[in-house]
Amino acid sequence: MEHILLRHRDIADFNTLNVYKKNDGFAAYKNAVTKMTPTEVTQVVKDSGLRGRGGAGFPTGMKWSFIDNKNWPHYIVANADESEPGTFKDREIMEGNPFQFLEGLAIACYAVGANVAYIYLRGEFWELAAFLDQKIAEMEKEGYLGDKLFGGEYSLRMYTHLGAGAYICGEETAMLESLEGKRGQPRVRPPFPPSYGLYGKPTVINNVETFANVPPILARGANWYKSLGTADSAGVKVFSLSGRVRKPGNYELPFGTTFRELIYTYGGGVQDSRSVKAIMPAGASSSLILVNDEKVLDTPMDYASVRTIGADLGSASVIVIDDTVRMDWLVNKTVHFFNHESCGKCTPCREGTYWMSNITERIREGRGVPGDVDLLLNVAKQMQGKCLCALGEFSTMAVVTGIERFPEDFKKAVSKA
Amino acid sequence: MSLAKKYPKEIKQILSKYPPEHKRSAVMPLLYLAQREEGYLTKAAMQDVAQIVDITETEVVAIVGFYTLYHEEKGGKYRMQVCTDLPCALRGADEFMNSLCANLGIKVGETTADGSVTLEAVTCLAACDKAPMFQTQGPDGIKYHENMTVDRTMELISILKRSVREVR
Amino acid sequence: MSKQVTLTIDGIQVTVPEGIVVADAAKMVGIDIPVFCHHPKLEPVGMCRMCLVEIGRPVRDRATGEFVIENGAPKIQFMPKLETACTNKVEDGMVVLTQTEKSREGQRSTVEFLLTSHPLDCPVCDKGGECPLQNLTMAHGPGKSRFIYDEKLRLGKHVPLGNLIVLDQERCIQCARCIRFQNEIVGDAVIDFDDRGRGTKIVSFSDPGFDSVFSGNTTDICPVGALTTRDFRFEARPWELDAQASICTQCAVGCNTTLNTRREPRAGGDITVQRVMPRQNEEVNEIWICDKGRFAYHYAESRKRLARPRVRQDAKLVSASWDAATRLAAENFLKARNDFVVLVSGRLSNEDLFNVKTLVEQSEGTGYLYSLMGGGEVTSLVGMSGGSNFANMGRGTTIVVVASDLYEEAPIWYLRVKQAADRGATLIVLNPRATKLDRFSSYVVRYAYGDEMKSVRDLSRKTKIGDAFTQAENAVILFGSDGLGIAGSAGLASACAKVLQDGGHAGKPNNGLIGVWERANDQGAWEIGFKVEENLAEAIQGKTVYIIGADPVSDDPNLAKALEGAAFVVVQDVMETATTQIADVVLPAQAFTERDGTFTSGERRVQRFYPAVPVTGEAKPDYAITSQIASHMGVTLEGTSVSALFDGLAKSVKSFEGLSYARLTEVRPQWPIVGRGDMYYGGTTYENKHGMGAQLSAAATRGETVDIPQIDKEAAPRPKEKELLAVPITRLYDRGTTVMMSADLLRDRIGGATIALHPDAAQNLGVEEGQVVNVSFDGVNGDAVVKLDDTISVGVALIPRSMGLAIREPVPANVRPQR
Repeated sequence: MEHILLRHRDIADFNTLNVYKKNDGFAAYKNAVTKMTPTEVTQVVKDSGLRGRGGAGFPTGMKWSFIDNKNWPHYIVANADESEPGTFKDREIMEGNPFQFLEGLAIACYAVGANVAYIYLRGEFWELAAFLDQKIAEMEKEGYLGDKLFGGEYSLRMYTHLGAGAYICGEETAMLESLEGKRGQPRVRPPFPPSYGLYGKPTVINNVETFANVPPILARGANWYKSLGTADSAGVKVFSLSGRVRKPGNYELPFGTTFRELIYTYGGGVQDSRSVKAIMPAGASSSLILVNDEKVLDTPMDYASVRTIGADLGSASVIVIDDTVRMDWLVNKTVHFFNHESCGKCTPCREGTYWMSNITERIREGRGVPGDVDLLLNVAKQMQGKCLCALGEFSTMAVVTGIERFPEDFKKAVSKA
Repeated sequence: MSLAKKYPKEIKQILSKYPPEHKRSAVMPLLYLAQREEGYLTKAAMQDVAQIVDITETEVVAIVGFYTLYHEEKGGKYRMQVCTDLPCALRGADEFMNSLCANLGIKVGETTADGSVTLEAVTCLAACDKAPMFQTQGPDGIKYHENMTVDRTMELISILKRSVREVR
Repeated sequence: MSKQVTLTIDGIQVTVPEGIVVADAAKMVGIDIPVFCHHPKLEPVGMCRMCLVEIGRPVRDRATGEFVIENGAPKIQFMPKLETACTNKVEDGMVVLTQTEKSREGQRSTVEFLLTSHPLDCPVCDKGGECPLQNLTMAHGPGKSRFIYDEKLRLGKHVPLGNLIVLDQERCIQCARCIRFQNEIVGDAVIDFDDRGRGTKIVSFSDPGFDSVFSGNTTDICPVGALTTRDFRFEARPWELDAQASICTQCAVGCNTTLNTRREPRAGGDITVQRVMPRQNEEVNEIWICDKGRFAYHYAESRKRLARPRVRQDAKLVSASWDAATRLAAENFLKARNDFVVLVSGRLSNEDLFNVKTLVEQSEGTGYLYSLMGGGEVTSLVGMSGGSNFANMGRGTTIVVVASDLYEEAPIWYLRVKQAADRGATLIVLNPRATKLDRFSSYVVRYAYGDEMKSVRDLSRKTKIGDAFTQAENAVILFGSDGLGIAGSAGLASACAKVLQDGGHAGKPNNGLIGVWERANDQGAWEIGFKVEENLAEAIQGKTVYIIGADPVSDDPNLAKALEGAAFVVVQDVMETATTQIADVVLPAQAFTERDGTFTSGERRVQRFYPAVPVTGEAKPDYAITSQIASHMGVTLEGTSVSALFDGLAKSVKSFEGLSYARLTEVRPQWPIVGRGDMYYGGTTYENKHGMGAQLSAAATRGETVDIPQIDKEAAPRPKEKELLAVPITRLYDRGTTVMMSADLLRDRIGGATIALHPDAAQNLGVEEGQVVNVSFDGVNGDAVVKLDDTISVGVALIPRSMGLAIREPVPANVRPQR
C-alpha cells in the first residue's frame, strides 16, 4: 500500500524540496491560503475525523476551532518532544518527510491565524533541529514562508526550539513554560492553551504526526480520509513497534489493524519464537495488556477497541513483552523512568514516583517483603486521580495493571526475600 | 571573555527567534551556546546568560537544574549517554551497558581517566527500534549512534580518546 | 460591587464575589479547606493537592442554557476525579463537598505523601505550635508510617539562603509559596527551585544570598518550618510568646506590626521583644513588612539605653533626679528667652510633638523638625486623605514616583505601587538613576540631577506621559529626596502639588501627594506645624538647644561644631549617643516598645502603637518629660494621659479634627482572613484587633483655599562644568543607630561609605570600581568605596546618607584616589 505519512519510503529523496514539490508538495497549502478561508480549512479537518496523534486523541479540527479570536496574536507550537518510551515515529517523519510536516504546520497556522510557529524538539534532536532549520530556510527562499505569501496578506514564520532533556515538556502546558524560558512544569488548567497559551496568548499545540496528516486531508478531502481507519478512529497511524519482536520499527497502517497483524505480519513475530505475554500499546504510560488468550491479539488497534481490553491506544507505541520478561522487573523500569522525569510540582507524583521507585527496586533486587506488593499497589492507587497532570497518572498504569494482571510474578519476587 | 562579546552573531540570531518582550525564551538556546566550550556551565557563563535575557542568576540555575542536558559540573569531553529504558532494555541495553563498563573499567556516571568519556545511563531517546543505542554529547552537539555493538562502540571510543589526546 | 455567585459548600448555601476560587469562598463562610500551596495573595497553582474536594456543577440544557431540573432541583454532575479547591473558580449552582469520604481520602493521601519525606522534628522546630503541616497532620494524617524510615531522604538541615533566612531542606514541602512571593509580589526572583522531582530544592544565587528586603515574609507564609529567620531560629516557642500591637518606626510607611515578647533568660529574666511580626492592615502593609522593620528592632533592648536623668557637673555627666534635671533644663530654657531652640525628630509621636509645639508657642522659643527633606507644608495641603488606599488603585490611576528609590526608602510602598501597576495602574518613574521600580513602570524619565522640578512640570504638557498623568481618573505622586537637600525637595514638593492641583488630583480619595520621609512621624511633625531649617548649624549656634530624638553630633560635623558653641544643651533620647555626651542635661526617654502613642504615616494615616515591654529604668515617655519641663516653666501640659493629649491635638490641629483614640482603634473586616487557628491559610501574620488607624483630612478635602508656595526657579543645583556634584541618596540599611544595633544580623547588607560615579567620571579621576577614594566637601572629609553606575550623568557622584559621609544637600566635592 502506498504510504500517506511515510511517503519517503516510497519516493527517493523525498526530504528534498524539489522532489517534494514535484509530488504535489505545498499545493494544499497554497490552495488553502489563496482559495480558502481559515474557517473552511478548519472545517475540512473537523470533517476528516482527524484526532491528535500525541496520545490523547483529541479531535484536531475541534481544537483549532477553540482558539480565542478575541485575543491576538495566535501561536502554534508543534510538539516534537517525542519522549515516550517506545515512541519514535515523529523523528522518522521529520527526517524522512519534513516538508509534509512543515506544510501541515503551515496550513494549521493559516487556519488559526497564527503568524509564528515554534517547533519544540526534544534537546536530543539536536541534529534534526539543524536539519529542519535548513528545510525552513529553503521554504522561506521558495516563498512558502515569510511576509505576504502567495501575493496575499498572510505572513508566517517558523522557528525550531530545542528542549534540554525533560520528558514532561511533552505535556503541552509544560512545553509552553519551557518555550517561555522557564522550568518545564505543567500549568494548572483551565485555562487551556487555545485561550491562554504561549506568552498568555491563544495557542494550538499539535503533535508532528498530526500535522503531517493535514496536507493529504486537504488535498484529497475529508471523505477520503474518513474512509481509512474505523468509525471512531479515522485515517492512518504510524505504529511504533518495539520490544521483543524480530522487526521493530515504524509501520504506517490504518486504524483497526490488529495487534496480531502488526506483530506477526509486519513485525516478523516474536524474537526466539517466544509467545507474547503482554503488550503496552502506548509506551511506558500504558496499561499492561494481559495476553493470556490468543483472541486478545485479534483486537483491532483503534481508540475504542483497545479500551475494551483494559488499555488506551495513546500514541500507539506498541511495546511487545514476551514470556521471558518478569513484570516486577518491567514495572521497576517504567517507574524508574517516571521518577526520573517527574517535574516535582505536585505532591502525589513527586512523592509517589519516588516511593514506587524505591519499593520496586527492593522487590526486583529480592529485598522485598510480602507487604511491599500491597504497599506498591496502594501508593499507585493513592496517586490516581490526584495528580496535576497526566504524568503522575500514567506512572501508575503499569504498576497497577502489572500487579493486578500478573500477580504471580510479584508473588514470586517477594517470596525470594 | 563574556558570552556577549564572544558570540555576538549567534546571540543575535537566537534572540531574533522570539518576541523582543519575551527574550527570556532565549535562555535555553543560550545555555547550549554557553555550554559549548567547557562542556558544562560555569558560574560566569550562567551570569552572562542571565544578563542577556534579563532574569536573575538564580532563575538561570533553576532552569539548568531542571533539564538533564545542561551540566553544572565538568565531565568528560564526550558524554556517552546510553538508553537503558524499557524498550531498549528489552533489546539488551542493560547487558550492553554492563559490557561497556567492564571494557572501560568505569561505573555508570564515571569518566575515563583521560577525561575523554563520561558514561551515563539515560531515559528514552526515541530510537527504541535501533537498540542498543546511545548519544554522545560533546563540543559539536549531540549525535545518535544506533544499532550498536560493544565492539563498534569501543572503536568509537578509541576515536574519541584520540581526539582528546590530539587536542592536548 | 462585583457580580455575586451563589453556590453550596457542604450543604451551606453561600453567596460570594464572582471570580474567586472555591477555597477562598469556603474560607469566607468559615469552612476551612486545608491548603499548603494556596495563598490568597498568590496566583493559584494547584501544586500541593491538599485541597482536593468533590465539585459538582449544574447541568445546563444545550439549547436554552438553563439548568436541567431533576426531582425539582438542578441536576448536578460531579467530575469523576477530585478537584482542587484552590484553582477552580466559583460558579452559580456549584456544589462542593469537602467532608465526604472521597474528599477526606484525598486530603489524607496528600498529608501522607508529604509526611513520607518530612522529618517530623516538631519538638525542635521553630514552627511547632504555629505550623500548618503539624495542624493538618493532627487533623488528617496517619498515625503510623507505612514506609521504610531508612529510605527517607536525608537532606540539609541548615542551609543558609543568605544571612537572614535559613532553609531546612528536609522540612520543605515544595509548595513554592516563598518563590512565588518573591516572583509575583516582589517581582525579584532571587530564590527558585533547583533540580526536579523529589530532588526539588530551594536555592538562591544572588549576592548576598536571598538578596531581597522582603525575605522575612517568606517565613510567615512558609506552611512548614522550612524557612526560619536567623533572628528567631531556636530562640523561643511560639506558644510562649505574648503579642502586642505596634507600628514600625523605620520609615514613613507605618507598617502595622506585632511585637512578640517573652521573659528572656539572657536578659536576666526581663521581658524582651523576641521577634517583630507583620500585623494585617490591607490599607497599609497588607500582611507584609520589610526586613528592616523585622530585624532592626534590637536597639530598643540595647545596653546603651539611657536609664536615668543626668546632668553635667564639673565637666562630667552625673545621675540626677527627674525633678532636678528637668528643673535645670527649664531654668535654662527660660533664661534663653528667644534664644531657645528645640529640635524634634520624626521618631516622636504625635502626642510628644504636640506637647513640644505648645511649649515652643508658650515660651519665646523656636522649634524645628530635624530632617533633611522639605516639602511637608504642601503634603498637609494636598496630601492623601480619608479613604485612600493603594489597594484600590489600578486601571484609571496614575502613580508618579519622583526622586525616590522606594525599594530602598519605603519598601512596602514599593510593593504597593508595583502591585497597583500589576493591576493596571499607569506608573511613571521620574528619577535621575535606575531603580528597581523602573521594570514595572509604563514610563521612565531619566532626568539629570537638578532637573527634577522641570520633569514634574512636564507632566502637565501635551505629551504621551503628560496625557497619562493629566487624563488619569486618579493620580498620586510620591516624591522623595534622591539627590536633593531641603531646598530641592521643598521645590520639588511644590511643583508636584501644583500639577496635582491643576489636574484636579487634590482633595479626593486616592489622589494627592505623598512625601517619602526619613522617619515614621515626619508627616505628623509637619501637620502639627514644625518646619525644617536649611541652615540648621547657624540656627543653633550659640543658642540653648533642646534636642529630642536626634543625634546631630554623629550625623554632621558642622552641627557638632555648632553645638560646641551652644549656650546650653538638653538632650532627650532613648539611647546614649554622641550628642548625649556633649549635653548639659540628658533625659532618658522610653522606646516606642515601652509606651503608647500615635504616628502619622506618609499617607497621612494616624495609627496607634502600644506598650509591649517594661520600661527601661526611670525612662519616661517624651510627652511626659516635656510636660515636666514645662511645669517648671509655668506652662501646664498634659503629662499622663496620652489619649487626652490626642484629644487636645484633635481640637487644635485642623487636619486631626474628628479623630480620637476610639476612631483609631476601629477594625474593618479584612480579606484575606489571617492569624486565626488555621495558619495554613494566610500565614503567621497577626490579625488586626487593635485598629487600622484613620487618615487626616487635607486642606484641599476641607474645601479650604489651597495656596501652594510658588517656587519658580529650579531649587536644586546642576553640576557645573569640570565639577563633581555630590548628591545624597538613601539606602535602606544605612549606618543609622537602629540599624547598627542589629548589625550582627544585617552584617552582609550594610557595608560602608560608597561613592557612585559614572564610568566616564571614574575614568577621568583615574579610579576603578571597588577602589577606596578620599571624598571632601563643605567641612566633611572621609573615605568611600567607588561604585560604577552608568545610569547617572557624568557630573554627579552619589553619596548615601548616614553611611559615614555627612551629606545634607548637593554640594561640589573633591575626590582623590587613596594612596
